[in-house]
Amino acid sequence: MKLGFYPGCSLEGASREYNESVMAIAEEMGIELVSIPDWNCCGATAAHNLDKELSLSLPARNLALAEEAGLTVLVVPCAACYSRFCATQHELMHDENLHKKINGIIEKEYKGNLRILNVIQFIDEFIIDKLDDKMKFEFNKKVACYYGCLLVRPNKVLDFDRTEDPQTMDVVMKKLGADSIDWAYKTECCGAGFSVSFTETVGRLSGQIVEDAEHRGAEAMIVACPMCHSNLDMRRPEINKYNKKKSDMPVIYITQAIGLALGIDRNKLGLQRHFVPVKLKDFKPYTKKTEVENPQKMEVE
Amino acid sequence: MSDSHNHLVDNSLSGKIKQNTGVSLSRCYQCGKCSAGCPVSSDMDFPPSLLIRKLQTGLPEHEEEVLRSKSIWYCLTCEMCISRCPMEVDIPPMMDYLRSESLRLKKANPAAKNIIRFHKAFLDSIEQTGRLYEMGLIVDYKARALNLTQDVALAPSMFAKGKLKIMPELIKNRKNIKQIFQKTINKKQK
Repeated sequence: MKLGFYPGCSLEGASREYNESVMAIAEEMGIELVSIPDWNCCGATAAHNLDKELSLSLPARNLALAEEAGLTVLVVPCAACYSRFCATQHELMHDENLHKKINGIIEKEYKGNLRILNVIQFIDEFIIDKLDDKMKFEFNKKVACYYGCLLVRPNKVLDFDRTEDPQTMDVVMKKLGADSIDWAYKTECCGAGFSVSFTETVGRLSGQIVEDAEHRGAEAMIVACPMCHSNLDMRRPEINKYNKKKSDMPVIYITQAIGLALGIDRNKLGLQRHFVPVKLKDFKPYTKKTEVENPQKMEVE
Repeated sequence: MSDSHNHLVDNSLSGKIKQNTGVSLSRCYQCGKCSAGCPVSSDMDFPPSLLIRKLQTGLPEHEEEVLRSKSIWYCLTCEMCISRCPMEVDIPPMMDYLRSESLRLKKANPAAKNIIRFHKAFLDSIEQTGRLYEMGLIVDYKARALNLTQDVALAPSMFAKGKLKIMPELIKNRKNIKQIFQKTINKKQK
């Protein structure tokens, strides 16, 4: 099976382990992810903070190129790129004049026929049903699923999960055998694009997130956004400074968690690239649950 | 401001926000949920609900305060405000508009200079190569911010972990990207 794919700049650079783990689980599931030919940066925070038309044109060029290449489904693992793509799709489809104007700027026509999926939607649609057959280990750890901002907000544009206390990532982790905890900072902002220009604020915001997860006994945080990951992982010294204590709770991408349950080599999942070492081990071997052993689930369905 | 006069051009800042973003600030009844949920309101000079209140008055001195505020630059666009607003006043597009106006009118708050430098260094990188060149961005930003010591320890370890590329990735159709910049942000800044 072939699906369209937009890696985005982070996944090709500072967050390449996210890309590696997405690719590794896709390969395991027999899915080929085809990158948009000659894709460009989505513009991120910088573009929409400074110029609206630029912030719509940069994603629109990618969407138009994807359509030209005959792609109908586009998997966008970076939550920030996903948010910019969905916002562009939404604005262009709801404003005909703006749509024409942006087509003129990019000198291409985007018709609006792409279905844009974030990483959880990709997992939900193409991976979760195959896990039973492929899982080798249970992810038998207590985890805090951290969604951040851009996966769930604004709901009017994304229409993905609840904006307060979302559940989709928790469902995936429970499927892997994890104990996903209830906690208060699931959708609080980590400080996002201010990592370099406003580092102290990132230390405070990410510090509160790490503190709450750890306080409630999480052994790992699960994320689906490269900005969240780099703030919670790479900025751990600033976080520890704010919290006035040392935390060594690892932060892992949901695709890395799936990869570990599938028994994929840790280095192939890029776990060695994290700043906070991922020491999690002693995963329980997984035995497939037959439907008879799980009658409750059958009743629900 | 009122709907019965909407055939007249409203030259207030809130009128321009309405025209350019569709966001109607008159809907806000100052419940303060946006300011309560905003993760950076404690860093701001005016929290989001107070920015709106100032714009609702339509007074030039209040509009001036808004355009010169730190608040508009400290906003992270985390979208918490809109998801909790009972009146669906879409604050993030308002913030985007205020930032671009503040920049256009050269009224950006000095406290935001590093944030703006970072955004500009980021966009320059994309304009040149089509994609973000992280190493180039860091060097460019450091040179602009004259903040050469911050994060120096980080670059070598990022490099060792394979997280920094030495060379930029160049897309093929860079001409197309240059055109996009010329027809949007570069046009307005000249």
